[in-house]
Amino acid sequence: MTDQTDPNPPTVIEVRDLVTHYGTRQILNGVDVDIVEGEIMVIMGGSGSGKSTFLRHLMALQRPTSGTIKILGQDVWRLPQKKLFELRKKLGVTFQGGALFSSMTVGENIMLPLYEHTKLDRMTMEIMARMKLEVVDLAGFEDLMPSELSGGMIKRAAVARAVIMDPRILFFDEPSAGLDPVVSSQLDDLILRLRDAMGMTICVVTHELESAFKIADRITVLDRGNILFVGTVQELHDHPSERIQNLLNRRSEEAEIDADEYLRRLTGDKEEAEGMPR
Amino acid sequence: MAEGSNQSVAYRFFDKIGRMSTSALEEMGRHGVMIAESLYWLIIGPRMNQPVRLGAVFSEMMEIGVRAIGIIGIMAAAIGAMLAIQGIYSLKIFGAEGHVVVGVAFSMVREFAPLITGILVAGRSGSALSARLGTMKINQELDALEVMGINPVRFLVVPSLLASLIMVPVLTFMSMVLGLYAAALYVNAALGMSLAAFFDQTVDVLSVDDLTHGLGKAAIFGILIALIGVLNGFLVKGGAEGVGKATTRSVVQCISAIVVTDMLFALVATF
Repeated sequence: MTDQTDPNPPTVIEVRDLVTHYGTRQILNGVDVDIVEGEIMVIMGGSGSGKSTFLRHLMALQRPTSGTIKILGQDVWRLPQKKLFELRKKLGVTFQGGALFSSMTVGENIMLPLYEHTKLDRMTMEIMARMKLEVVDLAGFEDLMPSELSGGMIKRAAVARAVIMDPRILFFDEPSAGLDPVVSSQLDDLILRLRDAMGMTICVVTHELESAFKIADRITVLDRGNILFVGTVQELHDHPSERIQNLLNRRSEEAEIDADEYLRRLTGDKEEAEGMPR
Repeated sequence: MAEGSNQSVAYRFFDKIGRMSTSALEEMGRHGVMIAESLYWLIIGPRMNQPVRLGAVFSEMMEIGVRAIGIIGIMAAAIGAMLAIQGIYSLKIFGAEGHVVVGVAFSMVREFAPLITGILVAGRSGSALSARLGTMKINQELDALEVMGINPVRFLVVPSLLASLIMVPVLTFMSMVLGLYAAALYVNAALGMSLAAFFDQTVDVLSVDDLTHGLGKAAIFGILIALIGVLNGFLVKGGAEGVGKATTRSVVQCISAIVVTDMLFALVATF
C-alpha cells in the first residue's frame, strides 16, 4: 500500500500529452499519467494498446513524437547525457524475458551495475549480490549460468539485478508472461514484498487481470493509445463504462477457457478433439 | 503500351539504383557514427567514470586473436606452400625457378597474408559478433544495458573494435611468417634451396614499406570486420531468423569490403 503516513506522496513520474507515431500509425494519443511515490501502478491493455511503447518511453529507451516525461522531477528527453546516466542509476527494470546476459553467471549479472557504477571491492559486491538473491529466494544460485535456470528463476534473478542499486523506481514488463499460475503468483508476492520492504515505486505493464488486481494500488487502462481509465482496483470494478466492463468480462472469459475448449480452438474441431487421447 | 512498359522498366531500374545508393550512403554514415561514438567513449568515457574495461578488450583479443591462431596458421601455411608450388611451376617455363622467392615474398607479405587473415577473421569473428549482438538485441539485453546506465557502444563495441584493430595485424604478421616458412620448406624440397638462403633472399627483396603495406591493410581490415559485425548485430529485426540473416549479411559484407579495400589499397600504394 502507499505510505499511509503521507496523504499526498510526491509524484515521481509525470507524463503529459504523450504522443507516439510509427510512420503514419498512431500508437499513443495524448497520454497523461501521474505515478506517486511508493505506489504500484499497473498499466493494462490488450495487444496493440500501446502499453509496451509507453513503458519504453518511461524507461527513456525511446523518444516520443511529442509530450513530456518527468521522472523524479527531471524531463528525461531534455537531460544531458551525464544527467540521464545519473537518473538511470535510480531506475530498475525487469524485462519480459529477464534479459540476463547469457555469457555471465547469475552472480556476475547481478553484480554488473555495481561493477560499472561503484568502486566497491569484489567481496562486497558478492555479498550484496548474495543478499539480493536471498530477497528473491535464489540464494546459492549465483554460480549458475542463466541457461541453467527455469523461466521463473530467470525473472527472479532479473529482479535481483534490477534492485541491486536500490533504485527508487522499478519497472516490470509483463512479469507473468510465460509463467505458470503458481510461479506467476509467487512473482506477484515478490513485487508486493519489494514495495513493502524497500519502499520502491513500482510500475508494472501487464495484460494479466488476476495479477493486476492482486498487486495494483492503481491501474491505468490503455486502449488503442488512449487512456480509458486511471484509478484503484475497486474503482475499476465499479466503473460504469460499458467499454471497460466489456474489457474485464472478455478477460474473464479468456481466463475461464477449459482444456477441451482450448484443444478445440487449437484443432478447430470439437469432435476430433474429444476423440484424441489425453 | 510497349513504350509505357519500357518507361516503367527504366523507372524501376533507376528507382532501384537510387534506393541502393541511399542505403549504401546510410550504411556508411552509420559506420562513421559508430567510429565517432567509439572514439568518444574511448576518450571521454574515463572522465565520466565510464572507462572502457581493459578486461573486456583482452577477452575479445583472446576470442578474435588467440583462438584463431590454429586455423589461420594452417591456412597461411597452405597458401605459402601453394604460392611456392605455382611459382616454381610457372617460372620453370623460363628456367627461372630460382627466382621463386621474390614472387612468394611479395605476394605473401603484401597480399595473401592480410587477405587470408582478414577473410578468416571475418568468417569467424565478424559473424560471431553479429550473432552475439543480434541475439542480445532480440533478448532485450541491449535495452537492459542502457537502462542500467551502461552504454552498449562502450561496453560491447569499443572492446571488439580495439581487439580487432590489434589482433588482425598481429595474426597477419603470424600468417606472413608461417606462409613464408611453408614456402621455404617446399622450395627446399623441390629445388634444394636451404631455409637460410630462402630467408636471406626474402629479407633482401622485402623492404619495411612492404611490411607496413601488409600490416596497414590488416589494421583497416580489423576495423572493417568489427564495424560491419557490430552494425549488423545492432540492426537485427525480428527473432532468430533476423539473427541468421544478419550473420550471413555480415560475412558477405565483411569479405566484400576486405577484397575491395585490398584492391583499392594496392592501387593507391603502387600508383
